[in-house]
Amino acid sequence: MGISISNISKSYKKVKAVQNISFDVNPGELFGLIGPDGAGKTTIFRILTTLLIPDDGTAKVAGFDVVTDYKAIRKSVGYMPGRFSLYQDLTVEENLTFFATIFGTTIEENYDLIEDIYVQIEPFKDRRAGKLSGGMKQKLALCCALIHKPKVLFLDEPTTGVDPVSRKEFWEMLKRLQKKGITILVSTPYMDEAALCDRIALIQDGEILEIDTPEVIVNKFPKTIYNVGAHNRYKLIKTLQSYEHLYSVFPFGEFVHYTDKRDSFETVDLKSYLEKAGLTDIIIEVTQPNIEDAFMELAKK
Amino acid sequence: MKVENVIEVIELTKTFGDFTAVNAISFEVKKGEIFGFLGANGAGKTTAMKMLIGISKPSSGTAKVAGFDVFSQTESIKKNIGYMSQKFALYDDLTVKENITFFGGIYGLTRKKIKEKREQLVSELGLENISNKLVGSLPLGWKQKLSFSVSLLHEPKIVFLDEPTGGVDPITRRQFWEMIYKAADQGTTIFVTTHYMDEAEYCDRVSIMVEGKIEALDTPKKLKEQFKVDSMNQVFLKLARNIE
Amino acid sequence: MKRFIGFIKKEFYHIFRDRRSLFILFGMPIAQIMLFGFAITNEINNVDIAIIDHSKDATTEEIINKISTSKYFTIKQMIAREADIETAFKKGKIKAVLNFEKDFSKNLIKEQKATIQIITDATDPNTANSITNYINSILQNYQQSKNKGIVVEYQIIPQTRMVYNPELKSVFMFVPGVMTIILMLVSAMMTSISITREKELGTMEILLVSPLKPFQVIIGKVVPYIFLSVINAAVIVLLSIFIFKMPVQGSLLLLGLESVLFIITSLALGILISTIAETQQAAMMISLMGLMLPVILLSGFIFPITSMPAPLQIISHIIPAKWFIIIIKGIMLKGVGMAYIWKETLILVGMAIFFIGLSIKKYKIRLE
Repeated sequence: MGISISNISKSYKKVKAVQNISFDVNPGELFGLIGPDGAGKTTIFRILTTLLIPDDGTAKVAGFDVVTDYKAIRKSVGYMPGRFSLYQDLTVEENLTFFATIFGTTIEENYDLIEDIYVQIEPFKDRRAGKLSGGMKQKLALCCALIHKPKVLFLDEPTTGVDPVSRKEFWEMLKRLQKKGITILVSTPYMDEAALCDRIALIQDGEILEIDTPEVIVNKFPKTIYNVGAHNRYKLIKTLQSYEHLYSVFPFGEFVHYTDKRDSFETVDLKSYLEKAGLTDIIIEVTQPNIEDAFMELAKK
Repeated sequence: MKVENVIEVIELTKTFGDFTAVNAISFEVKKGEIFGFLGANGAGKTTAMKMLIGISKPSSGTAKVAGFDVFSQTESIKKNIGYMSQKFALYDDLTVKENITFFGGIYGLTRKKIKEKREQLVSELGLENISNKLVGSLPLGWKQKLSFSVSLLHEPKIVFLDEPTGGVDPITRRQFWEMIYKAADQGTTIFVTTHYMDEAEYCDRVSIMVEGKIEALDTPKKLKEQFKVDSMNQVFLKLARNIE
Repeated sequence: MKRFIGFIKKEFYHIFRDRRSLFILFGMPIAQIMLFGFAITNEINNVDIAIIDHSKDATTEEIINKISTSKYFTIKQMIAREADIETAFKKGKIKAVLNFEKDFSKNLIKEQKATIQIITDATDPNTANSITNYINSILQNYQQSKNKGIVVEYQIIPQTRMVYNPELKSVFMFVPGVMTIILMLVSAMMTSISITREKELGTMEILLVSPLKPFQVIIGKVVPYIFLSVINAAVIVLLSIFIFKMPVQGSLLLLGLESVLFIITSLALGILISTIAETQQAAMMISLMGLMLPVILLSGFIFPITSMPAPLQIISHIIPAKWFIIIIKGIMLKGVGMAYIWKETLILVGMAIFFIGLSIKKYKIRLE
């Protein structure tokens, strides 16, 4: 009941949206497709949900081929496109009822699956979907995608435009759904959400950079990363950029992430270099790489 | 050395009927500071920002932006600020050069100045080869960098950025923050509104709005220490939870 | 079936919650009919006329007197020859010419009948009609007063001739045209907009990734509009009958069935448009430019097809509205039955089948 993609390519006119992509999602897995806007995430989703035919390659969802068995797939998957595709002029309840009927079921029949999500929006069930906050739209859209008890759930950027509290709640819901045996493929441009998935594929410009568990990807990072701070961040970056041993420097929150070309390297050298350049309040300390560091390192190649 | 305040807000309030969208907020922003203005959707940050940029009249309180009063001198405010949002940035069907010329014209720059700025901007961003291409054909990251530069065309004292880096790839995102640091280093104040706590980490100081009030205001570092967590995201979650 | 009913229910929610589409649906037909109807009044007053009197005898003088003393007519001009009638119409403001035949009184006495020709300018068909009616009644009055106590009655025979608009297009003639336009607009434009709206919202993606079959989506979109269009057609016909006293000569049932046929053809066109257009705006533009303009210009609604250049006449054949206008004109104004319009009906049926087939074929089961 998983997903398997092999050597999928797809172009729109001249633009290559995805190129030679392969990955498998195991049954019951929560798999994340992580990459910036325009990386090709939505194209992959549309191919898997049978909305697009790939130019090359094959893909199977829940054992069915996405081209030849598209009807079987359409019966057994749940799909939540980006932008929470709901009928803005229908109420919460009407939206849900509608999606239940077109899948030949009723709200009551599958209520146990959506119950803990739906109770949060039920107080607003007579409100039009267009008048809901981002977080509530997101929950409603998830309920609509779940109402027919799909075996595989496709969520395209479900947390975009949603506040941190709702984002956190959303991921908790996904974890609970996963426990009920639903295979979930989710995409997001936010690197910090990668850690919440079982496995992830990092994707940029239509190509997969890496597929693995978030921990392994981070651990594969080849360099030691230093948090470097000083009184003036701009000057710090400029100074580091002209340092002869620099491997990479990126602003990272209140610090910059610095890596050195040399395998063994003394922070005092760097400190004195920075001091000479007139920087004060210098902090240099080792820090752990995260998914964003890994992504940037992989994207550089 | 005393750094001047470019934004001073005292007890600023906006009500719509019975509903208080912004409830007596007070803060100041220094020259050259990167100030993060955070809050969930509907927390009132958009309303507050609209008052600061002079397109919405406050119900009570006072506020000065770039030295001008938000009640009586909104025209002067508009001349001294820049604005960039992810939703509205540039015209996709105009070329890079045409966009720069157009926005330069809007801000009232002389033809000579526009030409000078255009050349400077194109070379700084490395857009020489594509300056005659339609903006719509550029990758998202370039568009955003270009649009930030355009918002700085008239050398405003303050630039308001609305969720500037959402959805951009990590490398472009950092190049973008470098540009912001540079502008701030040159004395431009950066006012970032966002609900992505990730963006907040990059700011010098942040305020967090919850239900119309500013519930926290400090450097990201001190806020994280205060709430004993290690990310702004967790700070926000704790704050939101406490209020609930 | 349950799925299908759920779908239709949803469509009705959309329609009734959108003020704009409600306005187009019900405001437009009423406004259009009222505009066309009231723009032309039936009252006449002090209308300028001219007279050609070939007899110049006592009777003609009497009649001319009767007419000139009525408050309805002013005799502006006496014309000597028929050849001058046209110039008089063109130059002056006269709306009608009365032409008394030679030896009017003599004929009336000898043969008990005499002829008077009433020539009217029918560019304003309603006025022309009214003028004729008023003059006729004056003549009849005169005739009755003359005939009192006489055994063999005199007969004045008016001969009516219309110039400039012999087909006499009037408010009644507009009704079929307006009805065609409204049905086309509501059916084609509204369906294409409602389908493209789902594309814009992204809900179409979910509908595609659902067990709903393409024809179910199409029929589901179409059924509410068939229903509403029928109501619309009924409103137009009722308004015409009760406010403008339009006599509907033929069978109302036939009219209704033909309307449903045309509505289905238009709906199929609307679906076809939605397969091409990606946005609501594009759908609206294509409907207006691609359907409305040809209907207004080439269907014979405003410009008679017979006076069009040959290429346009040929193009007009492929416009469903042309055939529908012929059909409903026949039923409404001439009172003909199926025997006379079976050919046009067959053409419409063919078009309907063609467009439905094409739109089902073109309807994408995927996004490309």
